[in-house]
Amino acid sequence: MAEVKKLKRPELNTSEKLYLFALAKGAAVTLKHAFKSMTGKARGSEALKSSGLGLTMQYPEQKWDDQLPEHYRGAPALVTDEQDRERCVSCQLCEFICPPKAIKIIPGDIPADDPWAKVEKRPKEFDIDMTRCIYCGMCEEVCPEQAIYLRKDYAITGSSRAELLHDKQKLYEIGGKRIGLVNKWNEIK
Amino acid sequence: MDSILIQLLIILVKIVGFTFVLTLPLIAYSVYAERRFAAVIQDRVGPNRTGIPLTLFGGKKDLPVQGLLQPLADGLKFILKEDFTPSHVHKFFFWIAPGLTMVPALLTLCVIPFGSELWGEKLVIADIAVGPLFIFAIASLSVYGITFAGWSSNNKYSFFGGVRSCAQMISYEISLGLSIVPVLMIFGQLNLTDIVTWQANHGWLLLPFTFDDGFQCGLSQFGGAIGYFLWFPLMLSFFIFTVSIFAETNRMPFDLPECETELVGGYHTEYSSMKFALFFLGEYAAMIVGSALIVTLFFGGWSLGFGLDALLQDAQGNWLPYAGLVHLAAFLGKVIFFILFFILVRWTVPRFRYDQLMKLGWVVFFELALINVLVAAVIMAAPSMIERGESLALSALALGTIIFSALMFYIAKTFDKKPKANA
Repeated sequence: MAEVKKLKRPELNTSEKLYLFALAKGAAVTLKHAFKSMTGKARGSEALKSSGLGLTMQYPEQKWDDQLPEHYRGAPALVTDEQDRERCVSCQLCEFICPPKAIKIIPGDIPADDPWAKVEKRPKEFDIDMTRCIYCGMCEEVCPEQAIYLRKDYAITGSSRAELLHDKQKLYEIGGKRIGLVNKWNEIK
Repeated sequence: MDSILIQLLIILVKIVGFTFVLTLPLIAYSVYAERRFAAVIQDRVGPNRTGIPLTLFGGKKDLPVQGLLQPLADGLKFILKEDFTPSHVHKFFFWIAPGLTMVPALLTLCVIPFGSELWGEKLVIADIAVGPLFIFAIASLSVYGITFAGWSSNNKYSFFGGVRSCAQMISYEISLGLSIVPVLMIFGQLNLTDIVTWQANHGWLLLPFTFDDGFQCGLSQFGGAIGYFLWFPLMLSFFIFTVSIFAETNRMPFDLPECETELVGGYHTEYSSMKFALFFLGEYAAMIVGSALIVTLFFGGWSLGFGLDALLQDAQGNWLPYAGLVHLAAFLGKVIFFILFFILVRWTVPRFRYDQLMKLGWVVFFELALINVLVAAVIMAAPSMIERGESLALSALALGTIIFSALMFYIAKTFDKKPKANA
């Protein structure tokens, strides 16, 4: 049987009942916050790289880019290897795993006279619909060829839906070259 | 004929100037101030982007003048939004309610003295002898607006809001009225212009000091040293009056009619567009009138105080040509200070529970204000009674006041004590 402890509501003394000192104290706290945030000394403003008013960073002028962690999941992009070969072999695993079905791949053959003919396949078309992408990183995780990576681009904007449909060329443009075999579970990625 | 026409024209200029040129922008910018001040209190930035859109005219960059054009954008937004009237409301009352909150708040402006004199004209729209009474009479009309809005919305939460505001405003009007009785006893009149003039000559009511010819205390007019004791009832008056103004204007610790956590949006839940904006502006207008009244009664209105007003007078005691402008600036400065104080309180004090609010109004402030009136009266009567050798009567009066206070305290203390439950 657990012991039942009866707690008593604390009795307020007269000055506490008057409520006035509490009011003054509260006003002092709010005023302190106001002064501190106006002079750029609000608690945590340094760590948060504030603009000097409160804790807020003024976004388009100031950016958090150099603070982004290595594992940041931004826009997905395709990469080439050191010989400028497309890593993607259009196995379509990413297309199938993609939860919001943002990826669309049309596989294509590599012609026999191509130096990389033995790779056999590369995507003819590779579209990622950025209006659907949820930046989950499953495509990156599932890719057996380490051809698709989530990059640090986060400001994916456009004035039309067509602009937000990243095609193959755009994806390689974002992705660029990734040198060496990047072990998926190593420290870098 | 011509003189009447000129008179009318002057009055019209005053109305347009004080209401539409001075107060409406002040209302708009007090909303902006509220947002910015609230933001810095909460370590945020607030609206600092809305500026001059130079890019629209071919400029390279917009000019964000600390978001100072935000009120303009807000106003434009309210005008352009769809004015939606739900089908289940009582149309007539639904439509007149916003006007009924906005108009009384602006009407009360007409007795507020904004400054001394400019080109021989008093800077007050209507220089009438019933200033505070007029304000109370008209300002209490705005409760109709809120009650109508709540009732005609045909929605139970809006109705709650309306009923709450009705009860709240009526309760606090009593302590509001009673609390300034000592003040009016001291001034001996109700003309706000003369009240401010007295304060210009003798120092602000709560800081009754003048330094123009040596240090003097304005309260010594009421029986020398005994008059100094008047400061305590006046301070209490100021406190009760300020808190009641908070309740009367539905400002934060007492914003029960529209507390969004309990009543969605209270009485204005069903309102949109300009009708909602009128409620909003009415509330802020009431706040400005409230601070103007506090400033006028307790902090010298437009007067600079401390005997500095004498510097603005010529040898005959007439105001210098530019005195009106200086006084207008002083008045606006004080009003803005009080608006900032209102905002600070809003973001400091949590909302009262409804029964606490009613108890505070009826049990605490009502009794305190009554006692306050008696105490001030005894202090004011004391010097002449002593002079006439009526010390015995005076001590009887003082004793009566003390007994009355004790009785009031006893009633307040036992007011809502629950009968002991049977064991």
